[in-house]
Amino acid sequence: MDVPKGYRLKKVLMDPDSMDRTLTRMVHEMLERSRGGEDLAFVGIRRRGDVLAARMAEKMAGAVGTQVPLGALDITLYRDDLSLLDHQPRVGKTEIPFSIEGKRVVLVDDVIFTGRTIRAALDALMDLGRPRSIQLAVLVDRGHRELPIQPDYVGRSVPTSHSENVLVFLREVDGEDRVILVEAEDAQG
Amino acid sequence: MLRGRDLVALADLSKEEILYLLDTAQAMKEVLTRDIKKVPTLRGKTVVNLFFEPSTRTRTSFEIAGKRLSADVLNFSAATSSLTKGETLKDTARNIEAMVVDAVVVRHKASGAVRYLARELEVPVINAGDGAHEHPTQGLLDIFTIREKKGSLEGLKVAIAGDIAHSRVARSDIFGLVKLGAEVTVVGPPTMMPPDIESLGVSVASSVEEVVGEMDVVIMLRIQMERQSSPLFPSLREYSRYFGLNGEMLRAASKDLLIMHPGPVNWGVELSPEVAYHPRNVILDQVTNGVAVRMAVLYALIAG
Repeated sequence: MDVPKGYRLKKVLMDPDSMDRTLTRMVHEMLERSRGGEDLAFVGIRRRGDVLAARMAEKMAGAVGTQVPLGALDITLYRDDLSLLDHQPRVGKTEIPFSIEGKRVVLVDDVIFTGRTIRAALDALMDLGRPRSIQLAVLVDRGHRELPIQPDYVGRSVPTSHSENVLVFLREVDGEDRVILVEAEDAQG
Repeated sequence: MLRGRDLVALADLSKEEILYLLDTAQAMKEVLTRDIKKVPTLRGKTVVNLFFEPSTRTRTSFEIAGKRLSADVLNFSAATSSLTKGETLKDTARNIEAMVVDAVVVRHKASGAVRYLARELEVPVINAGDGAHEHPTQGLLDIFTIREKKGSLEGLKVAIAGDIAHSRVARSDIFGLVKLGAEVTVVGPPTMMPPDIESLGVSVASSVEEVVGEMDVVIMLRIQMERQSSPLFPSLREYSRYFGLNGEMLRAASKDLLIMHPGPVNWGVELSPEVAYHPRNVILDQVTNGVAVRMAVLYALIAG
């Protein structure tokens, strides 16, 4: 678990067990609210939402007994802040191997913050077809929305300050499952 | 990320920068497979195609690439321009820049013209082919196509056949391929082979037939008859015999040999007609990949 330079660890928000339980609970909520998962499809936002979406799809398949369509969305080409960044972001590949037409899409991301990523993701999804509905699932909601966008399924709500950051580590990408709250070292208090 | 503001030559780029562009192009290619082949990335940006030499394929490819990214693309061709009224290259380019554009794509018959404009202009300048110097986006799309089909360039044996001395495609291919670890062999008549070409890290062979058996890829260059004031080889038939590729030679080649050509092909000269339908001919893949690669270049130089 690497705390990035300039930050100190404040709190561990999830360990591997609690993360797994959280994902299971979220999938059950989805089942309840979607009449047994009919027409459901998962689309995860790179780079970590896609990993969480894959885990949810697996849990969902276990619960309903059939495979659930799974895709990965890269939103770089839809960002509204390209001109504000110091470093040009690397464009990842969008891989959605099914038609989203008529599907009840569950969009998955690791952390929701300003809501701008989700705005970009909604535009990107709409360019790929006309889903019947789109719902949003996030592992952590850290508040501070700048757009009128709210998640439908939340793993955990964590009130944060602007000097804090929520970091999600996943074993497929980072070698371990963990969610931590960190604070900038130069922050007051 | 690219260090420079312009794309003038693959000779200027590091291996990492080339790989960055190839990876970005990989993502761009997915956009081309959608029903709605457009993303909003360059909305509000303007790209001018400034072509002082005729071109259909490259100009169209840049135009489509810009439009797929939602940029406004304008075409300016020398025949209809004030160049015919004697305006200089620099004045023409600076006037276009003064109309507040975000990038200029330039093709010019003089080697070095694009580097000159890159120095003169504030906006990013992209080389779409300058004389016998470089054609970097063609080099990138060739390398992209090889990587797409073969996975990696490392240790791959690639032959480039034709007029090596006058070919900007050959130069961009050589710089890019050598940087990514391919083993490049150039083939061509002695009159079309620059002296000391080995200094670029390539080996030289005297006929396609001689090397085709051991190659993973052959890139056949177009004989540019319109560029030759005095012929550099005795006859087309003889050229085709030594520096073209035909079905007979393919029997000796690997089953996985990739056959490439920057187009337009002189059928019966560089490639015999039966090669047109050969399953390992990836000439049209090159054209599709050209759009993806140019989207990547526009993104890298203009977005953000």
